[in-house]
Amino acid sequence: MTTPDSGTAPVAAPPDPMWPEPFEVRQVARETGDTFTLTLVPKVGSQPHPFAPGQFNMLYVFGVGEVPISISGDPDRPELLVHTIRAVGATTRALQKLKRGDQVGVRGPFGTRWPVDQAHGQDIVLVAGGIGLAPIRPVVYHVLRHRALYGRVVLLYGARTPHDILYARELRDWRGRFDAEVEVTVDRATIEWQGGVGVVTKLIQRSPFDPSSAVAMICGPEVMIRFASLALEKRGMTTASIHVSMERNMKCAVGLCGHCQLGPHFVCKDGPVFRYERIEPLFGLREV
Amino acid sequence: MTIQSFEKVLAEHPFFKGLRPEHLDTLVGCAANVRFTAGDFLFREGQRIDHFWVIREGKVTVEVFVPNKGEVTIETVEGGEVLGWSWLFPPYKAHFDARALTHVRALSLDGACLRGKCEKDTVLGYEFMRRFNQLIVERLEATRMQLLDLYGDDDAR
Repeated sequence: MTTPDSGTAPVAAPPDPMWPEPFEVRQVARETGDTFTLTLVPKVGSQPHPFAPGQFNMLYVFGVGEVPISISGDPDRPELLVHTIRAVGATTRALQKLKRGDQVGVRGPFGTRWPVDQAHGQDIVLVAGGIGLAPIRPVVYHVLRHRALYGRVVLLYGARTPHDILYARELRDWRGRFDAEVEVTVDRATIEWQGGVGVVTKLIQRSPFDPSSAVAMICGPEVMIRFASLALEKRGMTTASIHVSMERNMKCAVGLCGHCQLGPHFVCKDGPVFRYERIEPLFGLREV
Repeated sequence: MTIQSFEKVLAEHPFFKGLRPEHLDTLVGCAANVRFTAGDFLFREGQRIDHFWVIREGKVTVEVFVPNKGEVTIETVEGGEVLGWSWLFPPYKAHFDARALTHVRALSLDGACLRGKCEKDTVLGYEFMRRFNQLIVERLEATRMQLLDLYGDDDAR
């Protein structure tokens, strides 16, 4: 769009949220047995997509379908669009089969963000389960890059088995820092595993943060979110300082189609990140 | 390294937080310092158990042997937690193996001694039962969550 009488340079038209822009596959990296990380770069003529931690994109495999995927890359490096995906359906399996140089359509970024700016000066408690670590990773990048702005930083991660641990190398790096507390547990293991076994909520009980001055961000299966929130409340946190990322069947991603409706909310537009106190009552409703 | 009194160690342990001083005194009379090196068994399945362990430092795995699978770790218990409740209920036999995964420092509490004291002092007995019930409820909740297999295929995103 231009401003005809202003005499200034034309302003680039905002991308149409319904129009996928072509991106090129830079890398497909295997993470676990069924999970992979897709790195995309803009095709010539396409713009990088700056994003905030917590947002998602719609990835379109031409001729197959479109899926909502949380962005799991570094928000300070928007030129690389990174998504970690579990191959479970036709479209995600098609994404898994892509090779370097193939094209993908991208719409986004969409949705609300994790409250990393509002959390300045407070302890950060990140609780992730399974592939829920992927939408949390941009927060980790951001918080560690701006470490002085936060109090204690705690990352609690639960996976199914040791083989299902996502970003194992980065977890080791983060744990090796002296300014972050990283705890990993798995639900089941053989005796070769030297780490913790048990549910992620158990880690909350003994985690070193100040509940009166902490912001929690939870991502994982809904049952885990409920139990993790309860464990945080037991530690003395309020539901106003707990934020969760919800997963629903996003289609249009702009709050028009209603596929992702959750009570009075559209997860694509009002979420996926919600303050827990806003949606806690909906967790008990089977109809939604 | 400073040597702390049993009383201080117990009073600062999360499991005993808020316990009355006279009850802490009672506990101290039943406590002993123990250490395990990695690989040592604290107890084996089927063994009579007359103790429980207040883990101060290190990590213990609770395991079960499954034919054709070998040993499977059910959970790990770490510093700040308590291990063992078989001492509370007849026939006082361990249901699982417990093995030190790392060097472990703990207090071992004599359950037979404590059972007798709890019978005589019902306030202490109630307090103990309340705390162990809470522990058992937490472990039950955790087990239920593990049974749900939360991170299976339904967790696709």
